[in-house]
Amino acid sequence: MTQQQTQPGGRDERVGVVIPAFREAAVIGPVVRAVGRVYPFVIVVDDASPDATGDVALEAGAVVLRHLINRGQGAALRTGIEYALRAGATALVTFDADGQHRVEDIAPLLQALREGNDVALGSRFLEHAAAVPLGRRLVLRLAVVFTRLASGITVSDTHNGLRAFTAGAARVISIRQDRMAHASEILDEIARHRLRYREVPCRVEYTEYSRAKGQRSSAALRIALDFLLGKWER
Amino acid sequence: MHPIQFVLVLFSLFATSRVIPRIRSRSIRPVEGLVWIGVWASVAAVAVVPAAAQWVANLAGVGRGADFVVYVTLAVLVYAAFRVRITIRGLERQITELVRALALERARHPHR
Repeated sequence: MTQQQTQPGGRDERVGVVIPAFREAAVIGPVVRAVGRVYPFVIVVDDASPDATGDVALEAGAVVLRHLINRGQGAALRTGIEYALRAGATALVTFDADGQHRVEDIAPLLQALREGNDVALGSRFLEHAAAVPLGRRLVLRLAVVFTRLASGITVSDTHNGLRAFTAGAARVISIRQDRMAHASEILDEIARHRLRYREVPCRVEYTEYSRAKGQRSSAALRIALDFLLGKWER
Repeated sequence: MHPIQFVLVLFSLFATSRVIPRIRSRSIRPVEGLVWIGVWASVAAVAVVPAAAQWVANLAGVGRGADFVVYVTLAVLVYAAFRVRITIRGLERQITELVRALALERARHPHR
């Protein structure tokens, strides 16, 4: 393939949007349809949901991969990324299934890739910090310090599921953490492979549904320990 | 002989009898089997001759034979727990790889 064909923005740019999902039958349909209107290649990874998440996503127009046993968001992301790469995606976007992310925030990420970055990371704190609940914001600030110490990379938002990678970056980033520590691991991989990255502002829309489903701030310590143990095992 | 000595010797013989068939059937490697037989032989030896533990404890600078046995057992158990954790993590990774392979093979495509 020519340089133009393998880089986003080329004639043959093919954007794959990977959405890991667990028990999201209530909202996955509208999310997939909204994304699919702009980026038709949507891949939903159903992480052994006990509800109809996979069927609803399929009906809405996504390619659906199903984990027979629940393995975690990190594992689901990696499954979706592998599928997208095999299918010839030139750029990959990771997007949350719970409706917190906005489709219009994807375009600036892809633009950052076209400008020569390997990775574009969505950040809630570049422009819209006020929208984040205070308790969550404090934990995320601590996570920023932790990431700087553990991985040597400085970002303003360490746990945002909205990201974009070139196919090349997606191939070298190795996600071994099955559960929530994958977010820290991705940042660590960016630093380890010296990938060019840029943070791009995004807005996260917290609803009653997404807050009820979201990670508790108390899980932060467990995530940090999982990440450190995984880093040591490398 | 005190009852506890008798019980410990009997249990060591029983445990050793469980190890030997596993060496024969190759469920465990011969070296590993010999290590386990050595462990149970040591348990029986200390049970029959408690002074042996005291002698080793003195060598190691520990006051009482029983304390020495406890320290060594604790260290071994902590290491064993660590090894079990590593094994479990390896198994988790294998399960994920298997689940992923099946998911990729059985991808469902939307009707358009």
